[in-house]
Amino acid sequence: MVKSLDDRIAGAVVIVILLLCGAVAVFPLLYVLSVSITPFSEVLKNGGFILIPRAVTFDAYNKLLTESNIPRAFGVTVIVTVVGTILNLAITGLMAYPLSRRQLPGRSLFLMMVVFTLLFSGGIIPTYLVVKSLGLLDSIWAMILPNLVWSFNVLIMKSFYESLPEELFESARMDGAGEFRILWQIVVPLSVPVTLTIGLFYAVGHWNEFFQAIMYVTDRTLFPLQVIVREILVQTQQPLENAENMTPTQTLQMASVIMASLPIIVIYPFLQKHFTKGMLLGSVKG
Amino acid sequence: MLLPGVIYYIVFKYIPMYGVVIAFKDFNMSDGILLSPWADPWNKYFLQFFHSPYFTQLLTNTFLISVYKLIFGMAPPILMALLLNECRVRWLKSLIQTLTYMPHFLSWVIIYGILLALLSQSSGLVNQWIENAGGQSIPFLTSTSYFRSILVGSEIWQNLGWGAIIYLAAITGIDPTLYEAARSDGAGRLRMIWHITLPGIRSVIVMLLILNLGHLLDAGFEQIYIMYNIQVYAVADILDTWVFRTGLQQLNFSLASAVGLFKAAIGLVLVLASNKLAKRWGEGIW
Repeated sequence: MVKSLDDRIAGAVVIVILLLCGAVAVFPLLYVLSVSITPFSEVLKNGGFILIPRAVTFDAYNKLLTESNIPRAFGVTVIVTVVGTILNLAITGLMAYPLSRRQLPGRSLFLMMVVFTLLFSGGIIPTYLVVKSLGLLDSIWAMILPNLVWSFNVLIMKSFYESLPEELFESARMDGAGEFRILWQIVVPLSVPVTLTIGLFYAVGHWNEFFQAIMYVTDRTLFPLQVIVREILVQTQQPLENAENMTPTQTLQMASVIMASLPIIVIYPFLQKHFTKGMLLGSVKG
Repeated sequence: MLLPGVIYYIVFKYIPMYGVVIAFKDFNMSDGILLSPWADPWNKYFLQFFHSPYFTQLLTNTFLISVYKLIFGMAPPILMALLLNECRVRWLKSLIQTLTYMPHFLSWVIIYGILLALLSQSSGLVNQWIENAGGQSIPFLTSTSYFRSILVGSEIWQNLGWGAIIYLAAITGIDPTLYEAARSDGAGRLRMIWHITLPGIRSVIVMLLILNLGHLLDAGFEQIYIMYNIQVYAVADILDTWVFRTGLQQLNFSLASAVGLFKAAIGLVLVLASNKLAKRWGEGIW
């Protein structure tokens, strides 16, 4: 079919607007990156606008790695993310699988129990008191256990498991497999995309964890990355007496922002196709 | 198999629901929930809240921030989905998708860092432009007149691409013969968007709008807590942030729980009502 002129103009307009949207999404981060590696005297000279730095310095990163709490916080965040995500997936799967089997006695009761928490919660104060009475305050577990299972993820996994053909389970049971074995050897391998998606959501949640840390943790050595970065961000600007030698606050702040977001930005493109698929699956089915 | 999950739900979800009784007690730490004396009258802390000057301020702020986010946040993802759908250049489409989904995975701390780089009064990019153009710098982040716009704007930025996913999915579900028929009748692109695509996703739009209504009292604790400062409390303080400060920083547990319970109760009604509405509207989607 021959494209009309109108069609081609429309196509071009669409492309231009989309490119603009892409630029709006990326530009702020690129700017932050470039501020973090530009000597501050350059930043001042160019009136703040630099996208491709003319001179590059990693002073700010050096300083953060050697003189701040960032490396430690990085470690805390990595531990919380890895341990947390594994536990999240394990418990969510163990929850979703039985709920997806129609022969489970009391199924609707358990389901109600999960769904009701989406509607109502005790609120932050009573939850805090529970965490406190369990002696979890000021421990890494305080950032993992209170959010161990997201009800919404249980529902997504459950509806995925329900879509697996019933004959699969029957034949496995005929061959004498127990429920644990069915889950581990049949259901889990078949649900890699949905597991990856939900795992990614959990992992991002842990990586970005802020709320539980400020609620339950006062021990500075246990602060995760986001809390430390926020501290660095709200520090008031120091006067710049010697902009040539000192690493100014703004450069440090932006370097810390980059360090906290880099892992996500690096990993995310590889997982993107999985999670869009998984997300659609979950949202369309609900 | 269900056991670990059920234990989790009981300990971290249902015990806190019981814990809300402290809203009706003169709670003190040493006596615990059971032994603390009942408040006299039983609704003392609710009355205290209703009669305090915070009541209107918190409710107004929570409501306004939510509603602004709802109104201004609705259209951009829809437009984004339409644009992506109209884009005929495959690789460009997926590139833009990758770029615009990304902000969704950044934490509010990171986004706050980006906002500082762009908007801070002393060294933000925008203010340097304004000053270079001979203008007065503007305290975007500490002024009551800009704060809500920044909250809403940053939320839109974060969710532009991500929000488009579900609309894109809905567009994919539209019967392609409709477009062919329209084309042979001589309809242009805009006409097809207006008469086929938009009506095709109308039910999804209405559905999401209704479901969002259910969360009218969740204006976004983490975002606001990370971005606000004392200068903007008057326009930024919402129920959740106030509960957090009153409960955990001033240790006024009973008052904070009362406000939390008040919020949870209204939230429950809103969610149930919106789900009911959604069911009436959305035959065949959920």
